[in-house]
Amino acid sequence: MTTRKTELLVGTFVVLTLLAVLLLALKVANQGLSGSDQSYTLYAKFDNIGGLKPRSAVKVGGVTVGRVESIYLDQDDFTPVVVLSISEQYNNFPDTSSVAILTSGLLGEQYIGFQPGFAFDDPIVLADGDFISDTKSALVLEDLIGQFLFSRDSN
Amino acid sequence: MNYLQSIGQNTLNALMSFGRAFLMLAGAILAIPQSKNIRLTVQQIYVVGVQSLLIIIVSGLFIGMVMALQGYTILVNYGAEGSLGPMVALSLLRELGPVVTALLFAGRAGSALTAEIGLMKATEQLSSLEMMAVDPLRRIIAPRFWAGVIAMPMLALIFSAIGILGGHLVGVDWLGVDAGSYWSIMQATVEWDKDVVNGIIKSFVFAIVVTWIAIFKGYDAIPTSEGISQATTQTVVYSSLAVLGLDFVLTALMFGIN
Repeated sequence: MTTRKTELLVGTFVVLTLLAVLLLALKVANQGLSGSDQSYTLYAKFDNIGGLKPRSAVKVGGVTVGRVESIYLDQDDFTPVVVLSISEQYNNFPDTSSVAILTSGLLGEQYIGFQPGFAFDDPIVLADGDFISDTKSALVLEDLIGQFLFSRDSN
Repeated sequence: MNYLQSIGQNTLNALMSFGRAFLMLAGAILAIPQSKNIRLTVQQIYVVGVQSLLIIIVSGLFIGMVMALQGYTILVNYGAEGSLGPMVALSLLRELGPVVTALLFAGRAGSALTAEIGLMKATEQLSSLEMMAVDPLRRIIAPRFWAGVIAMPMLALIFSAIGILGGHLVGVDWLGVDAGSYWSIMQATVEWDKDVVNGIIKSFVFAIVVTWIAIFKGYDAIPTSEGISQATTQTVVYSSLAVLGLDFVLTALMFGIN
């Protein structure tokens, strides 16, 4: 009888642990049961990426549509290239779209603001592997202050 | 001359006890498992795991609540109380969960293991087992070792989960942090393979070390009442020190270098 009770309590212990793992996986880490989310890849070339990091969000009007997959330096013209992984659900952005590196709040992290372009009658849609040509770099505080001082001196 | 001799004697004693500890662990791990051993291990999981649940849950709840309270009073100055979720979750998953669980486990279960095995040795139960051709390493030590190694990571997971819920209780329900931002910023920040899995690996390492020390101190205790009390104290002190020291090393390896 005692072994039965012990086994019952150990079983409860195991179930409790599984519940904890489930909470940590789904609610805390957002692992999701379907790990492989369908997505396609876009590239964007910037002059300066500021503090952008892999896994930063890509947002259209505040809605997250994808993430920064990786960042590397183009060896030919030495400019950073950002690889964006966009959810397959949003696959009809016109190729006149533009991207900019923005900051959320004063001290917040940097993310990519994706501005969909105008869609004409028969728009060309951005597809897997396309380069986005219209980009706006991150604001670097030191550059801004430099420009401000320069323009004040010349006055 | 006497001084030199005592240094040498202490060094040799320390080395010899390390050797005995490794031999005991090897004997316990390499023992051929029997179907009966699984039942014994489950019995021990009940003793070291289930009976530690209460202290783990209560301390997890209160540590999560205190962290939310302390974090809120500082973060609210910067209008960043939305970051309360990731702060509570990351510190619990990476550090406090594994470490505090290991320290509580050493005090609650480790000392009990040492005292139990030490008393078995003092009352010559271990020798009687050997007389009956039952290997005490296999029958007594191995189930307790595996039970500790299995139970402690489970306790650490429960500790972290309860702590995060405790942080929610204070941060969201009491202090009025937005529930959506508590969970969503936490989800954006916490990574499964980096934060959660590394925490589990940490608590596995602590489990091995704490259980090993507890069992060895009991197995190697001087078979008198004084010796057992000494061994029990040493278990708690040594395993706490080992956990804190190893925690620094593991943290440096896991999170220190990119």
